[in-house]
Amino acid sequence: MENILEARNINKHFKKPVLFHVLKDISFSVKEGEFASIMGKSGCGKSTLLYVLSTMDTDYEGQLFLHGELVSGQPADKLAYIRNKHIGFVFQFHYLLAEFTVLENVMLPARKLAERSYEEIEQKAMEKLQILGIDKLALKKASQISGGEKQRVAIARALINDPVIIMGDEPTGNLDSHNSENVFNIFRELSDEQGLSLLIVTHDQDFADKTDRIIQMEDGRILA
Amino acid sequence: MIQRSVIMSIAKTHLLSKLKQTIIAALGVTFGIGSYITLVSFMTGLNNMLDDLILNQTPHIHIYNEIQPSKQQPVDIYEALSGSLNMVRSIKPKQTQKKIHNAQPLIDLLEKDPRVRGALPQVKTQIFYIAGPIDLGGNLTGVNILQEAELSNLGDYIVEGSPQDLENTANAIILGSGVAEKMSLEIGERVQVNTVQGELFPLKVVGIYQSGISDIDNIQSYTNLKTAQKILGQPENYITDINVKLYDTDDAVGLAKKIEEQYGLRAVDVQTANAQFETGNTVRNLISYSVSVTLLLVAGFGIYNILNMLIYEKMNDIAILKATGFTGRDVQWVFMSQALIIGIIGGVTGLLVGYLLSVVISNTPFETEALPTIETYPVNFDPWFYIIGISFAIVATFLAGYLPSKRAKKIDPVRIINRL
Ligand SMILES: Nc1ncnc2c1ncn2[C@@H]1O[C@H](COP(=O)(O)OP(=O)(O)OP(=O)(O)O)[C@@H](O)[C@H]1O
Ligand SMILES: [Mg+2]
Repeated sequence: MENILEARNINKHFKKPVLFHVLKDISFSVKEGEFASIMGKSGCGKSTLLYVLSTMDTDYEGQLFLHGELVSGQPADKLAYIRNKHIGFVFQFHYLLAEFTVLENVMLPARKLAERSYEEIEQKAMEKLQILGIDKLALKKASQISGGEKQRVAIARALINDPVIIMGDEPTGNLDSHNSENVFNIFRELSDEQGLSLLIVTHDQDFADKTDRIIQMEDGRILA
Repeated sequence: MIQRSVIMSIAKTHLLSKLKQTIIAALGVTFGIGSYITLVSFMTGLNNMLDDLILNQTPHIHIYNEIQPSKQQPVDIYEALSGSLNMVRSIKPKQTQKKIHNAQPLIDLLEKDPRVRGALPQVKTQIFYIAGPIDLGGNLTGVNILQEAELSNLGDYIVEGSPQDLENTANAIILGSGVAEKMSLEIGERVQVNTVQGELFPLKVVGIYQSGISDIDNIQSYTNLKTAQKILGQPENYITDINVKLYDTDDAVGLAKKIEEQYGLRAVDVQTANAQFETGNTVRNLISYSVSVTLLLVAGFGIYNILNMLIYEKMNDIAILKATGFTGRDVQWVFMSQALIIGIIGGVTGLLVGYLLSVVISNTPFETEALPTIETYPVNFDPWFYIIGISFAIVATFLAGYLPSKRAKKIDPVRIINRL
């Protein structure tokens, strides 16, 4: 199977408040259709790694490949395009634009990509909401729905441009076990049926156990 | 590549979510632009009226013969004394005529000059007005009244009677309003004028002249050129003054200088004659512009503030937009668009408010004895003010939006997301 995401010898330092080697020589890859999870103690550098992998953080050494193409060192606008088209990101806290409707939130990345007409994007966003079982909320303001619903809206938004990989930073961290299970099932389905790759940071052992692979982190390193 | 529609819809949603602050910021611009339009229209309206009042009554070039002592006294010319230091005390001018020599050829020559709209001959003299027991000192000017009415706005100031009446009536006079009032004279009545030489001459009042400047109206009267020459007992080539009207007043200085040099006459151009007047205009313009700029500056700070506040509040939105693939430039444009929307909406309503106020002012009655031709306050509806006003609003809001939006562009999404 082809490598979707590959990290080679990634190192990162925080210079403030003191010099701190946060990511130490990280190399690993995620294959097409693979559902991988990252586990590790609080403060070991999981979130920091995810920001690097998602191209939002460019302040690191080493190489990052997406679809076999080198991403490191690309100009900011190119990285924004890569995030927009190829990577879906789900945060621990449901990051939605509060004044926009659920539907508008889901549509935004596709409207930025501008590969489809407004009507097509709208229809596609409705499909994604349907997959996640929240199509009834489409016209509600994002600030007026529950936490679990918000998390699913964020997932729908991550899916809108049909990315090759979804990254999540504790996407179930804020959810009760029922909602957490729900989100896991959605991920599982996307991976099995659409061949989507997933890389999910989690503290939930049960969640991790059900994924294809667990990547263990300790002190900025990946344990074999 | 910038997707304008999505950026505009984000900007719009942000503004609507802060509707009250948005309206206040836009009102700031409205206030600035509205007062600029009102002030500048009113001020330049006033300036133009005063221009008409004073500037247009003075000729562009006034040519006359000044009574002055000869620059060269006989002793200077006498060869035997050349080389020695000759002092002549208390030099007095010779009794010369005020008449301009060869006035008609000079007028013909001036008329041929392409810069000249017209050269108007005049006979000016001092007289006494006599009606019954009263006698009053004053000035009588003999003019070609129809030519004057066409080239200068003398006709505008004839408040009773008309230039035609003067032209068509033998031995007629148009009296200054002050003179007429003091002597209780009305149209159709007779007034005697007494020249300095002592001749008495009866004239029929056919019109009243009112310039609005009482110093003038109390002494000045007009008659036909021929009548004036007759009163003075002078022939038809007797002309004391030539008023030149130009197409472009900027030519006045050069032409006046040339006339002085070539003909040995005094030629005063309008710029020199009204230097102080121009200063007044400049000061009035300066006031209206500085008030407007101040108001716009305040409005600009209002926009700057609301954008800074918005960016602070929308930090999360900015991080999300960037995380999902919007570029720094996109985010910058989200906020620039907000500034420009505020600027354009505020600016356009400002133009409207300014226009409405100007209309109200221009319909407000303004009747004064001094200004017979004016019935309402003068307002200048120059479309340029509106073009300048809206450009000003857009530039000011652009500048006010630039710094905050630049800040939004630079926000690092990782830091925002990590902070929660
Ligand atoms: N901006 C920063 N400047 C300096 N140090 C930082 C910064 N961000 C994170 N760190 C430090 O880097 C280490 C890794 O942080 P990171 O957020 O990646 O941990 P994590 O594994 O995601 O923890 P958790 O499970 O609690 O979310 C921590 O020790 C943290 O204090
Ligand atoms: Mg973390």
